[in-house]
Amino acid sequence: MFGVRSATVRFGHTLALDDVTVEVPGGSVVAVVGGDGAGKSTLLRALVGEVPLDGGTVEAPPKQRLGYLPASAGSWAALTVRQNIDFVAGIYGLAGEELTARRAELLDRASLTPAAGRLAARLSGGMRRKLGFIMAIVHRPALLILDEPSTGVDPVSRIDLWRLVSEAAASGAAVLMSTTYLDEAERAAQLVVLDSGRILVHGSYDQVRAGFAGVVTQTDEPVRAEWAWRRGRAQHEYWPGADPPPGTTVVAPDLEDIVIALSLVRRNEVLS
Amino acid sequence: MIVKEFRELVRDRRTLGMLVVMPLLLLVIFGYAANFYVSSLKTAVVGPQASQVAKMLPSLFDVTVTEPSGTQADAETLLQDNKVDVAFVTGQTPALALVNGSNLFAAQSAVAALNKVGNKVKTQVLYNPGLKTSWVMIPAIIGLILTFIGTIITSLGMVREREAGTLEQLAVMPIKPSQVILGKIAPYFLVASVDMIIVTVLAIVLFGVPFNGNPFAFALGAGIFLFVVLGLGVFISTISQTAGQAIQTAFFFLLPQILLSGMIFPLEAMAAGVRWIGYLLPLTYFIMISRGIMLRGEPIAALWLPFLVLTVMAVVIFTGATLRFRRDLAPGRPASPARKQPAAAETVGTA
Repeated sequence: MFGVRSATVRFGHTLALDDVTVEVPGGSVVAVVGGDGAGKSTLLRALVGEVPLDGGTVEAPPKQRLGYLPASAGSWAALTVRQNIDFVAGIYGLAGEELTARRAELLDRASLTPAAGRLAARLSGGMRRKLGFIMAIVHRPALLILDEPSTGVDPVSRIDLWRLVSEAAASGAAVLMSTTYLDEAERAAQLVVLDSGRILVHGSYDQVRAGFAGVVTQTDEPVRAEWAWRRGRAQHEYWPGADPPPGTTVVAPDLEDIVIALSLVRRNEVLS
Repeated sequence: MIVKEFRELVRDRRTLGMLVVMPLLLLVIFGYAANFYVSSLKTAVVGPQASQVAKMLPSLFDVTVTEPSGTQADAETLLQDNKVDVAFVTGQTPALALVNGSNLFAAQSAVAALNKVGNKVKTQVLYNPGLKTSWVMIPAIIGLILTFIGTIITSLGMVREREAGTLEQLAVMPIKPSQVILGKIAPYFLVASVDMIIVTVLAIVLFGVPFNGNPFAFALGAGIFLFVVLGLGVFISTISQTAGQAIQTAFFFLLPQILLSGMIFPLEAMAAGVRWIGYLLPLTYFIMISRGIMLRGEPIAALWLPFLVLTVMAVVIFTGATLRFRRDLAPGRPASPARKQPAAAETVGTA
């Protein structure tokens, strides 16, 4: 089992991770969600060894068995798709027929075969992320860390990417990915919701929903603006523990509602 | 808009520093260093009447060596080793004045002064008989090209990796920081070496610049100098986050080297308060080596001082810069007790 235990990371006076424990079992996808500055990238970078811990422990495989797709491009712009893959594969010791076969297989699965000779700089955003993903898994890592692999990617490429992620997990890799897309996170085996460096809630989507206390209502005119947020044309309002006023419409909260509601609870705790 | 611009400017310390430091630097350089006229020439007088001639010479000739038993060959050795700008050989009529043409402006001052003397002295310019500017500039330009590639191009190549986020990716791969550094630097080292050879050959072919010394000694000097400037390039990359910052910082390193290394303005013509800066710059020592070997055919033993200074600079700067770069590549302290591998090795299929 890979992961972090009681991980604490400070950047100056800022507590980026506060006693965070996350386990990433082999063969499953764990999604880390949270707003900007929640600590998602710090958690991932701590796992790959890019950020030293101020407290706690990291359990990770050696670099040879680690795959990482950073939030940035993740590929060398002046190299072609094929050259990018070959360069990274070479570092992991893949060569000859094994490399040729592996490259062809991954390019095919990512629908990038026609672009194999194209410079990475000339790829679309989605294609570039898929190339980065291929480079992260070319050596069949035991632990795969993906930092917002689908941010800024078109919906079709997002589907492709998610398929690749699922296939990696299905073949045994432990996958930890951060995402800002909650619909993506719902598909993960485990969810970790971070807020200001602390875990708000974690577990499977069903567990998170089942453990969610309180009621979410839908309204045009929220009773307490500080507990409301916009969803489409309507507003949702959270009633932690208390019953909503009569006549309001109660809705079944989805992950977005749950994350926002828990974040509001946290913010009110901090303010009080 | 104006307030916004000022706010941005105040937060951009590097540009602010450039705006404040650059005018001061240019003022100091052009005020104290920009001087082509050499007012004091290191002079040797050899031969039987050495003592008498030394006393008769005008104040322009600063006699540092008086050797009555010395010969013309001794005088030529002093010039070849760049210990003097002018050497008078007495005991013959007219007396012979040998001028070190590799120190162009000193030589021009000497020739102008000696022409006023008339027939009493026969003047002979060694190492650059035509007193051609190209002959003294090109050995220095070779150093400038190496500096340009070593600092600007190398730092840009390194920073581009950081900007693209691929440096972070390399850091988590099973590749040693030393391999990353070597892989990043080796191409620039090779390109700079090829550039150096091309420029040197073109200098000889197009401008007739002589190559009187040992090419291997020259290559050794250029190689050591390359390590210094590549080290500077790596250092600049460690203190820059963007390509713009790297160029800005490299400019800070490049400008004093162009103006204060003796490439354009002779060091001996600079005010003492500015000249010492020149002696801190690596290009100053490369120019001593390149002019010494190319023009004067100096043996490596006579150039021990610039070779030693450049070697010390190479070791200090290159080691310091690569250690800084290495720290950027491995910030997570992988040997830390906080980082463990699971007891049972995980096995996976074909992801």
